[in-house]
Amino acid sequence: MTSSLLGTAYLAAGVLFIMSLKGLSHPETARRGNLFGAIGMVLAVLAVAVQVGLGSAPLILGTVLVAGVIGAVLAARVQMTSMPQLVAILHSFVGAAAVLVGISNHLHSGVPLTGAELTIHEIETFVGVFIGALTFTGSIIAWGKLQGVIHSKPLLLPGRHLINLGLVLVSVWLGVVFVGGGASALPALLGVTAIAGVVGVLLVMAIGGADMPVVVSMLNSYSGWAASAAGFMLSNDLLIITGALVGSSGAILSYIMCKAMNRSFLSVILGGFGAEEGAAPAGGAAIAGEMIATTAEEVVESLKEAGSVIIVPGYGMAVAQAQHPVREIVEILRKRKVQVRFAIHPVAGRLPGHMNVLLAEANLPYDIVLEMDEINEDFAGTDVVLVIGANDIVNPSALDDPASPIAGMPVLPAWEAESCIVFKRGRGAGYAGVENPLFFKPRTRMLYGDAKASVEAILRLLQQA
Amino acid sequence: MRVGVPKESWPGERRVAATPDSVKKLRKLGFEVVVEREAGLAAGFDDDAYAAAGAEIGDGTAAWSADVIAKVRAPATAEVPRLAAGRTLISYLHPAFNADLVSAIGARGANAIAMDQVPRTTRAQKVDALSSTGNLSGYRAVVEAANALQRPLRGQSTAAGKIHPCKVLIIGAGVAGLAAIGAARALGAVVRAFDTRPAAREQVASMGAEFLQVEIEEDGSGTGGYAKEMSPAFIAAEMALFAAQAKEVDVIITTALIPGKRAPTLITAEMVASMKRGSVVVDLAAEQGGNCALTTPGEAVVAHGVTVIGYTDLPSRMAQQASTLYAINIVNLLEEMGGAAAFELSETNDIVRPMTVLRGGTLVWPAPAPAVSAPAPATPHQAKAAIFSAEHGPPAKESMGTGARVSLILVGLALLGIGLTAPAGFLAHFTVFVLACFIGYQVIWSVTPALHTPLMSVTNAISGIIVIGGMFQVGSGVAASVLGLLAILLATINISGGFLVTQRMLRMFHR
Repeated sequence: MTSSLLGTAYLAAGVLFIMSLKGLSHPETARRGNLFGAIGMVLAVLAVAVQVGLGSAPLILGTVLVAGVIGAVLAARVQMTSMPQLVAILHSFVGAAAVLVGISNHLHSGVPLTGAELTIHEIETFVGVFIGALTFTGSIIAWGKLQGVIHSKPLLLPGRHLINLGLVLVSVWLGVVFVGGGASALPALLGVTAIAGVVGVLLVMAIGGADMPVVVSMLNSYSGWAASAAGFMLSNDLLIITGALVGSSGAILSYIMCKAMNRSFLSVILGGFGAEEGAAPAGGAAIAGEMIATTAEEVVESLKEAGSVIIVPGYGMAVAQAQHPVREIVEILRKRKVQVRFAIHPVAGRLPGHMNVLLAEANLPYDIVLEMDEINEDFAGTDVVLVIGANDIVNPSALDDPASPIAGMPVLPAWEAESCIVFKRGRGAGYAGVENPLFFKPRTRMLYGDAKASVEAILRLLQQA
Repeated sequence: MRVGVPKESWPGERRVAATPDSVKKLRKLGFEVVVEREAGLAAGFDDDAYAAAGAEIGDGTAAWSADVIAKVRAPATAEVPRLAAGRTLISYLHPAFNADLVSAIGARGANAIAMDQVPRTTRAQKVDALSSTGNLSGYRAVVEAANALQRPLRGQSTAAGKIHPCKVLIIGAGVAGLAAIGAARALGAVVRAFDTRPAAREQVASMGAEFLQVEIEEDGSGTGGYAKEMSPAFIAAEMALFAAQAKEVDVIITTALIPGKRAPTLITAEMVASMKRGSVVVDLAAEQGGNCALTTPGEAVVAHGVTVIGYTDLPSRMAQQASTLYAINIVNLLEEMGGAAAFELSETNDIVRPMTVLRGGTLVWPAPAPAVSAPAPATPHQAKAAIFSAEHGPPAKESMGTGARVSLILVGLALLGIGLTAPAGFLAHFTVFVLACFIGYQVIWSVTPALHTPLMSVTNAISGIIVIGGMFQVGSGVAASVLGLLAILLATINISGGFLVTQRMLRMFHR
C-alpha cells in the first residue's frame, strides 16, 4: 500500500470519528454516529494491517479476535448502573496500552533519528508514558471506588500536595536522564512509569465519591492526551487527531461538571472536598423548623390531585434500582393526563449523563427528561415534586447561604413547587455533609425508607386507585 | 386515653374540632375518640363517617367526660360545669378578653390549652390554627366583598364601554391579609396593602400588590411576629393615608389586630362617608371590636350607601375546610404533647408551654416570653448577601482577566519557542494536533447533555485507536512485539466494548 493511500484512509477515519461525535448532538442521529465511529475504526485498523504486512498478521488477528470477544461480552453483560465502572476500567486500558506502546517503541523505534528530532521524539515518548501510566492507575482506583471495592471517602495524606510535587520533580529529573540516552534510559523510563502510577493513585484516592463525574471525565481526557502523545511519538496523524478529539471531549465534560458544582477544576483535582465535613454544619446557618414525615398513602393522594409533577432523580435512585417502578408510576400518571417530567442536574449520578441512561434503560421517553436549564423556571408552577435519592442538588442553601460549603452551586429549586416530597433513607445529611433546609420547609414532606420500597408502595396504591 | 369532641354550642358555629380523617390520625397516636352525635353534620361530616373512621358516637356527656376535650370555640358559661377536674380542654380561649371564663374553668380544676396562644415560630406552624383559619378568612372576606359589591372586580373592555378594575385596599398584611391580597388579585382587582411592619413589604410585593407607606419611619414589629401599637405621630400619618385612600378605593378589607388588646379603629365614620356609594368595607377584626367605627359585629350594615361587613363567622362559613385544617392542628398538638402514651402538659416544650393557660386549675398564663421574632429581620440578611457578592463577585472576574492575560502570554512564548527550535516534521504534526483540538472543542459542545454517558463510552472506543500504535510495533524485535501485542489486546477490548456498549445504550433512547 502506498503511503498516500494509507494517508487517505487515515483522513477518512478521522472524518468519520468527527462525524461520530457530531452525531451525538441528538438522540436520533446518535446511533448513526456510533456506526460512523465503528466504520472509521475498522478502516484504520485494516489500512494499518495491510501496511505492516502479513508477516505478523496471524498473531495480530488472533489477539484482535480474543480481545474483540472479551469486549463484546463486557458490553453485553454490564448493568446500566455499573456504566461508570465500565467506563473507568476502559480508560485504564487505554492508559496501559499507551504505556506499552511507548516502552515498546523505545525498545525498537524503527526509524533512526538524530539531533533535535531525536530529542523531541524522546520527550514525546516520555510524556506519553507518563500520562498513560497516570491514567492507568488513576482509572483503576476510580473503578475501585465506583465498584465499592475501595472506600469512596477521600483519602487525605498529610502533605499530599508536597508528595505529589516531589514525585513530579523526580519525574522531570528522570526525563532529563532519559533524553540523555545511554544505558540508563530504559531504567529511567520504567522508573517514571512507576512514579506516574503512584501519582495517579494518590490523585484519585484524594477525591470523594460525588466528585467522581469530574474524575472520570478527567481520566477520559487524559486517555485522549496519552493517545495523542503516542501519535507524536509514532509520527501518526490519525492517533494525534483522535487523541485530541477525545482529550478535548473529556476536558469539556470536566469543565461542565465543575461548573455544575460551582467549583474550580483545580480544587476538585487537588481533592479533599468534604474534608471540612465536621465544620460544615457549624458554618451553615442553623435551620428553623422540623422535618415532617409522610406516608405512601398521602403521597398518592397528592399525586391524584396533581396536574403537573416533576421528578428529581439522584444517585440514590440508581443505587436502589428504583427507576423501573418509577417508570410505571409515570405511565399511570401520564395516562391520567398528568404532566410528568424529569429534572436532571448535571452532576446527578456518578457519570455525566448517567441519569439519562438509567431512565432510558427503564424505557422512559427522552423528551420528558429535561436538563436543569430547561426546567428550572417551571418548578414554581408545579403541583408536586418528587425528589428520589437526591440531596445536595436540591439544597436551597446553595443559593441563599453564603456560608454554606456548596454556596453558589446551581440547584434545582424543588421548594418553589406547591408541594415537595423527598424520598430519603434516613435523617442524615447529604454527601457534602451539608444540612438541607429544603427538608425543613413547611411544604416539604419526608418519605423515609428504601427508595425502591417506597416507590413500589406508591405504585401499588396507584394501581388500586 | 380518650379524646372527646363535643358539638359546638355557639349559635351559627358550623365547625367541628375533628374530622373522620383526623380521627384516624388520633387513633394512630393511640387515642380513643368519642364524637358527640351530629357534631360534624353542619361541616359536612356525618356520624357514620366518624364511626367508620373508628370513633365512638356518644351524647354530649360522653364527649365532655373524655380525658381531653377538643373544641373550636371557647366553652359557653353553661358548658363549664361539664368539665371535671384533671380534664384537659383544648379550644380557642382568648384569655386576655375572657378572664371570667378562664377563672370559671380554673375553679373546676381543669387544664386549659388555648389554640389562639400558639407561639409564632416556624416549628409551631403545624399547630397554628390562627394561620390556618386566617388564611380562609382572608379569602372569604374578598368573596363576601365581591358578593356585596355591585360590580365585578376584574376590568374589561366591552362593546358597551370599559369596566374599570376594582381598587381594593387591604390593611394588615398578616396571614389573612396576604390571603385576601391573593384572592383579590386572582379576581382581577388592583390591590394595595398597608402594614406597619417593614418585613411585610416583600411579602406584599411578592403577591402582586402595591405596598403603601407613610412618610414616618417607624418599625411596627412587635415580639413574636405580631404588630405592636404605634406612636401618635405615626397613627396620625396613617389615618391621613387611609382617609385619602378611602375616597379612591371600592373595597377596604381590614385585618389589624394587636394581641391582647382591642382592635385599633382605623376607618372612621367620616372615611366611610367619603367612600363611593356601593363600596364595601369588610372588617376581619369585628370580633375584637372592629377596625371600622361603623362595624356591627356579626352583621352587614349599610351606612352612607357603603356596606360594612362585620361577620365574625367567616371561617365557619367554610366549615368543612376550616374544620379539616383545625382538626389537623389539634392532631399535631396532641402529637407534640406526647400522644396517648406519653401525654403531658410539658413545662419545657416550646409549643405547648405558651399555649397552656390553666394547669390543674391554676392560671399559668401568660408564659414567660422568649422574645424571638418569627421572620428574621430583613436587614442583616441583606447585609450578608451584600458581603457575599462583594467577596465573590468582582474579584473573581478580575483575577480571571489577569489569568487569561498571563496564559495568553505563556501560549505566545511557547509558540515562539517551538517555532525557533522544532524541526519541520514536528510542526506539521503539531498543526494537526491544535486544529484537531479546536474541532473537538466545537463538536463536543454540540453534544446534548443527555448523551454525555454515550459520549464518554464512544470516545473511549475511539481512543482505542492506539491499537495501531501496537500494530506498528509487532514484528520489530521480541520484547517490543510482546509489548505491542499486549497493547493491541487492551486497545481492542476498548474498541469492541466501547462501540457495542454505546450502541446498547443508544438503542434505549426513544421518544
